[in-house]
Amino acid sequence: MAVTVILPRSLVSLIPGTVRTCEVEATTVDEALARLDERTPGLRNRLVDSGPTIRQHINVFVDGQQARLDTALSPDATIHVIPAVSGG
Amino acid sequence: MTRTLLLVGTSKGAFILDGGADRTDWSISEPLCEGWPIHDLQWDPATGSIYAGGGSPWYGPAVFRSDDLGTTWTHSSEGLTYGDDGPKIPTVWNVTPAHGSIFAGVEPAGLFRSDDGGATWTHVSALRDHPSRPGWQPGAGGLICHTIVPHPTDPQKMWVAISAVGTFATEDGGASWEARNKGVVDCNSPDPHPETGQCVHKLVMAADDPDHLFQQNHCGVYRSSDGGRQWEDISTGLPSEFGFVMGTHPRDAATAWVIPLSHPEEGRTAPGGALAVWRTPDRGDTWERHDVGLPQEHAWVGVLREALSVDRHDPAGIFFGTSTGQLYGSVDEGVTWSLVIDHLPPIWGVQAIEVD
Repeated sequence: MAVTVILPRSLVSLIPGTVRTCEVEATTVDEALARLDERTPGLRNRLVDSGPTIRQHINVFVDGQQARLDTALSPDATIHVIPAVSGG
Repeated sequence: MTRTLLLVGTSKGAFILDGGADRTDWSISEPLCEGWPIHDLQWDPATGSIYAGGGSPWYGPAVFRSDDLGTTWTHSSEGLTYGDDGPKIPTVWNVTPAHGSIFAGVEPAGLFRSDDGGATWTHVSALRDHPSRPGWQPGAGGLICHTIVPHPTDPQKMWVAISAVGTFATEDGGASWEARNKGVVDCNSPDPHPETGQCVHKLVMAADDPDHLFQQNHCGVYRSSDGGRQWEDISTGLPSEFGFVMGTHPRDAATAWVIPLSHPEEGRTAPGGALAVWRTPDRGDTWERHDVGLPQEHAWVGVLREALSVDRHDPAGIFFGTSTGQLYGSVDEGVTWSLVIDHLPPIWGVQAIEVD
């Protein structure tokens, strides 16, 4: 089933070949990121830390709800990847 | 025409300055490496590649690489991990090409090696397996492996410096490491001479003489004539024992430079607000102050550990950046100085290179 992933502009700038909005076949957030990494190697490393966990200052939402790597996806889910409000 | 470039790492991106042949008229790039905090940039003369080490608060650690002097960049952190059960690595503090490999020092303190030009990394685990590691404590900048000094000809030998832990050396290509801190005082411990715990800020090698090392430490400036097995305090004559940077002359093994800063609990800025570079011509027996062209009033600036570099010209050029974004240069071995550029973000690293 295809889910929609919406990535931040800064990640698209960082990794050539990445697009802001795309569709992947996945049943969990972790699977979705793995599919994206197959298309643009290195992307998962930018979003996932050891653990594995989503990096501390990256927020992932599935259909508007805060999600983790093991969050299950409905067939038409939308994943928003959004950098946290942090920095200086 | 040989040009001098300055590779500058800042809290908000890397920059490359081009000083042409005479190092007096500088142009500067736009912010590089996507504006990421970049601690250190180094050039690999064997390949012509520039490497930049840093870490994004959002996207984690990475080593960037450019094969065209900064026009385009790639980046990777593949393998820059202590594993899923290990501590998380927020940033790279040092990246050093040597003998066909690239080495990266990271936070929390550890060493990684790449044999494919930075595409993938392998943990040099024996350093963190050192028996002293349970006692390793962070300094104000964190528990960081911030300096890597390769042997100029023997790939089996290398020194690294960790704050606030000390100096370590390997003579078997990283398979084992020996603490080399004898004679260095730990002024923040009831025991002033522990095996480790000395807060080395910068470790440098004398020109063409790998047995002769210098270090600017939290608690003094030191020299060693036996590869760091024994150290001797050479702070006498300096206005402060504290500072971060140290540089050595490209040809004269007796000449080195430091920038002393005020007491660590009293600001860590240019003493009295007067910025000066101090030079020793005799391996630290004596020191002389050089301040011509540097601000002598209200210069409450710091200079951080990677932010001084000496080029290979004759006479040698010296360049350093401040924690408030000024970059100063000298083309007469530190006797006179001028402002190269102002208004950069806080400067963390400066590296002078010569390219054709």
